[in-house]
Amino acid sequence: MTAKPPSLLDWHIAAPAVGESFKKLDPRRMFRNPVMFVTLIGAALTTAAAFTAPASRGFVIQLAVWLWFTVLFANFAEAVAEGRGKAQADSLRKARKDTVARRLHDGREEPIPAPELRQGDLVVCEAGDVIPADGEVIEGIASVDEAAITGESAPVIRESGGDRCAVTGGTRVISDRIVIRVTAEKGHGFLDRMIAMVEGARRQKTPNEIALTILLAALTFIFLLVCVTLKPFGIYSATPFPLPVLVALLVCLIPTTIGGLLSAIGISGIDRLIRRNVMATSGRAVEAAGDVDVLLLDKTGTITLGNRMATAFLPAPHVTPERLAAAAQFASLADETPEGRSIVVLAKQQFNLRGREVAEQQAKFVPFTAQTRMSGVDFSGANGHPPCAIRKGAAEAIRVYLDQLGGQFPAAVSQAVDEVARAGGTPLVVVEDRDVLGVVQLKDVVKGGIKERFAQLRAMGIRTVMITGDNPLTAAAIAAEAGVDDFMAQATPEAKLRRIREEQAAGHLVAMTGDGTNDAPALAQADVGVAMNTGTQAAREAGNMVDLDSNPTKLIDIVEIGKQMLITRGALTTFSIANDVAKYFAIVPAMLMATFPVIAPLNVMRLASPESAILSAVIFNALVIIALIPLALRGVAYKPIGALAILQRNLLIYGLGGVVIPFLGIKAIDVLVTALKLV
Amino acid sequence: MEAADWFQLVVYVAALAAITKPMGLYLMRVLDANGRTWLDPLLRPLERLTYRFVGVKPDCEQDWKQYTVAMLIFSLVSCLFTYAILRLQHLLPLNPQGFGALSPDLAFNTAVSFTTNTNWQSYSGESTMSYLSQMVALTLHNFTSAATGIALAAALVRGIARHSVKTLGNFWVDLVRVTYYLLLPICLVFAVVLVSQGMIQNFKPYTTAKLVEPMKISVAKVDQDGKPVTDKAGRPVMETHTVTEQTIVQGPMASQVAIKMLGTNGGGYVNANAAHPFENPTPLSNFLQMLSIFAIGSGLTYFLGRMVSNQAHGWSVWAAMMALFLGGVLLCWHSEAAGNPIHQQLGVAAADGNMEGKEVRFGVFNSALFATVTTDASCGAVNAMHDSFTPLGGFVPLFNIQLGEIIVGGVGAGLYGMLVFVILAVFIAGLMVGRTPEYLGKKIQSYEVKMAMLALLVLAVSILGFAAWAVVSSWGLAGLNNGGPHGLSEILYAFSSANGNNGSAFAGLTTNTPWWNTTLGLAMLTGRFLMIVPIMALAGLLARQKVSPPSAGTFPVAGGTFVGLLLGTILLVGALNFLPALTLGPVVEHLLMLHGKLF
Repeated sequence: MTAKPPSLLDWHIAAPAVGESFKKLDPRRMFRNPVMFVTLIGAALTTAAAFTAPASRGFVIQLAVWLWFTVLFANFAEAVAEGRGKAQADSLRKARKDTVARRLHDGREEPIPAPELRQGDLVVCEAGDVIPADGEVIEGIASVDEAAITGESAPVIRESGGDRCAVTGGTRVISDRIVIRVTAEKGHGFLDRMIAMVEGARRQKTPNEIALTILLAALTFIFLLVCVTLKPFGIYSATPFPLPVLVALLVCLIPTTIGGLLSAIGISGIDRLIRRNVMATSGRAVEAAGDVDVLLLDKTGTITLGNRMATAFLPAPHVTPERLAAAAQFASLADETPEGRSIVVLAKQQFNLRGREVAEQQAKFVPFTAQTRMSGVDFSGANGHPPCAIRKGAAEAIRVYLDQLGGQFPAAVSQAVDEVARAGGTPLVVVEDRDVLGVVQLKDVVKGGIKERFAQLRAMGIRTVMITGDNPLTAAAIAAEAGVDDFMAQATPEAKLRRIREEQAAGHLVAMTGDGTNDAPALAQADVGVAMNTGTQAAREAGNMVDLDSNPTKLIDIVEIGKQMLITRGALTTFSIANDVAKYFAIVPAMLMATFPVIAPLNVMRLASPESAILSAVIFNALVIIALIPLALRGVAYKPIGALAILQRNLLIYGLGGVVIPFLGIKAIDVLVTALKLV
Repeated sequence: MEAADWFQLVVYVAALAAITKPMGLYLMRVLDANGRTWLDPLLRPLERLTYRFVGVKPDCEQDWKQYTVAMLIFSLVSCLFTYAILRLQHLLPLNPQGFGALSPDLAFNTAVSFTTNTNWQSYSGESTMSYLSQMVALTLHNFTSAATGIALAAALVRGIARHSVKTLGNFWVDLVRVTYYLLLPICLVFAVVLVSQGMIQNFKPYTTAKLVEPMKISVAKVDQDGKPVTDKAGRPVMETHTVTEQTIVQGPMASQVAIKMLGTNGGGYVNANAAHPFENPTPLSNFLQMLSIFAIGSGLTYFLGRMVSNQAHGWSVWAAMMALFLGGVLLCWHSEAAGNPIHQQLGVAAADGNMEGKEVRFGVFNSALFATVTTDASCGAVNAMHDSFTPLGGFVPLFNIQLGEIIVGGVGAGLYGMLVFVILAVFIAGLMVGRTPEYLGKKIQSYEVKMAMLALLVLAVSILGFAAWAVVSSWGLAGLNNGGPHGLSEILYAFSSANGNNGSAFAGLTTNTPWWNTTLGLAMLTGRFLMIVPIMALAGLLARQKVSPPSAGTFPVAGGTFVGLLLGTILLVGALNFLPALTLGPVVEHLLMLHGKLF
């Protein structure tokens, strides 16, 4: 997938789009867009009138031609937007080659075409195999090349259990052997969903799009009424308005600009999201992203750099730092988490301790469990090391452990724990049998620039909530350092879900990211749930977006894209409606000129003749659609400067600009039309 | 455009601003079923008795459908009641002049007219209506139609202010409380003030006086049923009378005038309406009448701000109304003061502008101001002939009505009409701040847009549709006494006025014919009830929504930008529809006048 958008004039997209514009003239398809449907009827009526027009046939023919162009330009805008998606879909489709899968049946492998795989089937993939369908790894570990969907060439690790078990059909195993349980059948896989999204095949109108369509349809109806009733008013005033002129007025008044570009805006919004490697399951989700006003962000990886690192050993009274460091290192040897590893590294750096050699002698490692919330090591007493049990864990867990053993938790250590926590660190307490040796300080490193990002979000009216498993003191310190608005400490999946429900009950729209299976309920509950591509299948199913780059910060981009899509629609609607003022001043005086020459002062643009005035307005109306296609595809720029400032800026550009620009444009076209002697 | 007139304009706006807050605060109490007022000792027992008498449970709130149905039933029953009285007038008491029954179409038109708060009068009050008809059939509606409008506005505001509920209040309670606590007491005081200015209030038969100088007049000939006689071409037959004596009207005038103004009804006791010396005796009575037209509508904007806990929003809506009001007044006043260039060339022009059809007592400014006020609000009382205004001077009242009478507007109706535009403005521009449009925390989505646009559609369909029919049908043209663009203006004005429930007329149109009475009646019904139903549906939907709390990303509904946006939306979405028709009417007429052609 290309990160750079193709040029708007890309011939490979524009050329098929021209053909597509004609195909879209099918009235059954046009009917879905009331504004352009009315334009189509108008173009047809004017064409018919061109054959019967007794006088000024050239003028009527030109009108008809430009009315057809108006419809075609709108179709072209939609076709270009779709074409850009199609180019991406084609590259995705290449990845969806039908392969032969190796299905495990009663312990034996049998070849079966991938499309015939059923949910729950087990398949084997070895180095070089293309994974035949979406699924979860239930056995083994492998490196997988996911470039086909993410564009990222570095392979990723997929292993059974845990949060990295999901694999996507169409990706390729590079090393080792894994067994996969199929979770999605042909046609329902991740790749299929992506292709469908990109092509817009199953694109449903979003709520705002529906509301806007209703507004535009109602305006079209009102203007239709205005033009139809103008006929009798004309008869009364002894001014029989010819049909082509009434059609010209109608088409100029109905909001063809936004009507023609509306679907292109929606398609290109999703397209922009895909370019940032985010897959949305529906346009509705993208739109909801614009409305989000609460972001739940995981601390780790989003707000802080990766993981906490050990930064200091704080021994208890009468304990040497070396003893604490040695014990902490022993307790962490079996701890493969980044925190554990950082303790080992710190002990080595500060005291040149190499625990592994010692520990290889007769030590029994106690891994971390959710029940004890501690990890450690038991020495049996053989090979010189005295028998003892070393544990490290959160202060609360150690306190409980000591209570069982009948040990004491020294006040000085308690104080050290609090101090570390208050400073935003995570205290781990180390005990040897019943003696508390001291505290290991783990600290988070807040990402550079994240504070400014949160300030921007605040200006957008979005509140950020940091979610962390840390204790409240630690959480508060990091929250202050990172500049988030609120935090949730010691968060469990249930607490997260509850928090989302509370925010929603208070009228907020919540977005969150998640990767683990236990995030799934919260992802499903959130209005915008962005699952990490590295996450579990459950998480990817639960969210309504998947970030292929697995970058939690991208939520902020997603919000911006959602907002941009809404702003573009609003801006072009405002522009379209504001355009009517100039068109009235062009057409209405021209219509009355013959009967009431006194109307001349209303011809403020001093257009050359009634016919050139009407033609110029219609030409402007058609050309403005083409001129605005780039804006519709690119979207109006969004700046986080607060609602009032954005409103003022956009009202000035698209409201006031929408009033002024057509005056200039119609005048310029009129000069040209007159110079070329078109009428 | 003299200094004294400017001064009066400033005083008028200042006085209006000053009464807005107290009126709004009092409305808060009146429109709260448990609200306390200082009239409680007197009116509370009466209120309770009323509920018991008609069997209303005042604590029982209604959802939007129940509320709307209650309102429709009430309107239907009261309309039939009035129809019956008008048809049986000759059999009923308090008829010293011995007026006969009204024709079916006139009775229909009149009953509908008063039920819908329009008070379009296809008749002359002093020569058609008995005292009983005036006092019971018509004055009843002056109160109840006004109270109904206020109740509906309150229901919509409650829908905006409340959240996660279905109910909007109780129609019967709102109706009773508005009538008892708001309209009756103020009218009582107001009527006394008007009597102090010289307005009459009695039950005497009309008196006659011999004219010092007999005069000849030309009037439309009527048959026995009171219908105008027409010739073969469908034009009314005129006959000449010599008048030697004058009949001087008497009756209970002050009581009806007070509510006619306060309730933005506008139906005159006499045909000359507020131009008649009895119905508008002094400059002070003129000023107070104009102020009372805007009083409740203006107070309702404060009520809105209070109810939604965003007073700045209430004042912003008020400011938008005032901007449109001042624009109208200045254009109308300027055009009237500039006068008619042809009169000036002929040397017959009055010194201070176009005085044709105006009371010398009020002059150009007070006529222009009154015309603007009465059409901004859907009052329809007049103190000058709008038909005789200069083309652009007459354009202003016509345009005001076509905007939907949202500039302060009819009591209640003005606010709910304005809120439709607020919702449209919020929807169109709201997208531009990058969120699903929100109005005071409520999302504006397809259903809300549909209802708002339906209300707008009703306006355009009814005005343009009926007027287009009239200008090409012999029935429509039969009533027309002026040709050309001015005739078109008259027809547009008639249907705009009926549909907007204004009731004022560009005279020059004989509308007491079955076709006109019926179509105008239908336009009044459409403009009132077809507009109300979508608006009440909107209220019901808004009440049910949750509220999203405001943030920096929330669309601002107060302040200069919002006012500008609202004005832009009103002018672009509301007004542009009527521009082509208006161009063929007053605009062309104005340009022709500049070239020396009159109609």
